[in-house]
Amino acid sequence: MEKLHDFQRFIDAEEKIEPKDWMPDEYRAHNIRQISQHAHSEVIGMQPEGNWITRAPTLRAKKILLAKIQDEGGHGLYLYSAAETLGISRDEMIAQLHAGKAKYSSVFNYPTLNWADIGAIGWLVDGAAVTNQLSLRRTSFGPYSRAMLRICNEESFHQRQGYEIMLKMAKGTPEQKEMAQDALNRWWWPSLMMFGPHDNQSARSTKGMLWKIKRASNDELRQRFIDKTVPQAEFLGLTIPDPKLRWNEATGHYETSDINWEEFNQVIQGNGPCNKERMDHHKQVHAEGAWVREAAAAYAARKQEQLVEV
Amino acid sequence: MASNHTDSQGPVWEVFTQKKSGVPYQHAGSVHAFDKDMALENARDLYTRRDKPSGLWVVPAAEIVAVDPGEAAPFFDPADDKVYRHPTFYEVPAGVENL
Repeated sequence: MEKLHDFQRFIDAEEKIEPKDWMPDEYRAHNIRQISQHAHSEVIGMQPEGNWITRAPTLRAKKILLAKIQDEGGHGLYLYSAAETLGISRDEMIAQLHAGKAKYSSVFNYPTLNWADIGAIGWLVDGAAVTNQLSLRRTSFGPYSRAMLRICNEESFHQRQGYEIMLKMAKGTPEQKEMAQDALNRWWWPSLMMFGPHDNQSARSTKGMLWKIKRASNDELRQRFIDKTVPQAEFLGLTIPDPKLRWNEATGHYETSDINWEEFNQVIQGNGPCNKERMDHHKQVHAEGAWVREAAAAYAARKQEQLVEV
Repeated sequence: MASNHTDSQGPVWEVFTQKKSGVPYQHAGSVHAFDKDMALENARDLYTRRDKPSGLWVVPAAEIVAVDPGEAAPFFDPADDKVYRHPTFYEVPAGVENL
């Protein structure tokens, strides 16, 4: 009890918890769950974008997309490392992902059907992600906070490259504009779902806020994202697919329809359009890479033996 | 961290980068690798994708010795009990300069 009291006082003073510090088991578990889910999202998120590398319309677009996807892979690795400091191994995390015990962001279970989807992902999905990540820079677990700082610094080009694609298409031919609108129609709601259930439906939020793992609530972050994104859509001349969207002069915020939570729950439970495809692909690639890890381990072991013999 | 030795991705190495010559090396994060060369390459690919640094160190995480956070307060205690180590402890008479 005394330890828990000191722990809370330390957190309330905005100090960071480091891996070897005492922490409640629940704090450790909460961080492992959240950070590994975040890492898996970065890695699985490479798939919908990877779908367009070979079909990027120009060499410039292809190089940018490759660099962005490489960043996402890197962000996954920063986060796996941060979670590992809490005592879980990377293999365990991957096994949990494959067993369906660990989740990743439901947004990556939607398909990328046309090139404008790559624009919409950068603009909306990365825009939503960075809204959350900017807030998480102040999370109470040191390694997670440091990973977020690094990620936010690198993430700044992702959203801009997405908006640039949208801008080109929205100001292009009528067909291109139609593709841009179609992509916005399909990605708007899944992007809003990325922030998770409403605050009064989110059981884990209370402890997460108390321990300052989360620094802003789901609804707060979602509202922040909506408020900054609506004017960006207006500039593009595109329409947000929500007939109830309106500016509330009194609150200074946009009002929207409610999210289709049935769809959200279905996708979380594995019934989204691409859940199976994403997971099958990850398992396949991981299995295909096993020989590389085995060969590297064998080579390192042999070199070690030779060192001992000499 | 040491428990990762059985991990199929190899042991953990801590990565330190030097942003430009003359400044101290700073902890960047960690990587998995099976040997020194692979650790350096993985660290380069992961932590130096932008802003070419002037130096890079990798250290096996298991080799790092750290103070137990629970013991840190008494361990570092002596740092605080010698006020005379600080220049502000001494009184400089008015009129004396360059001291």
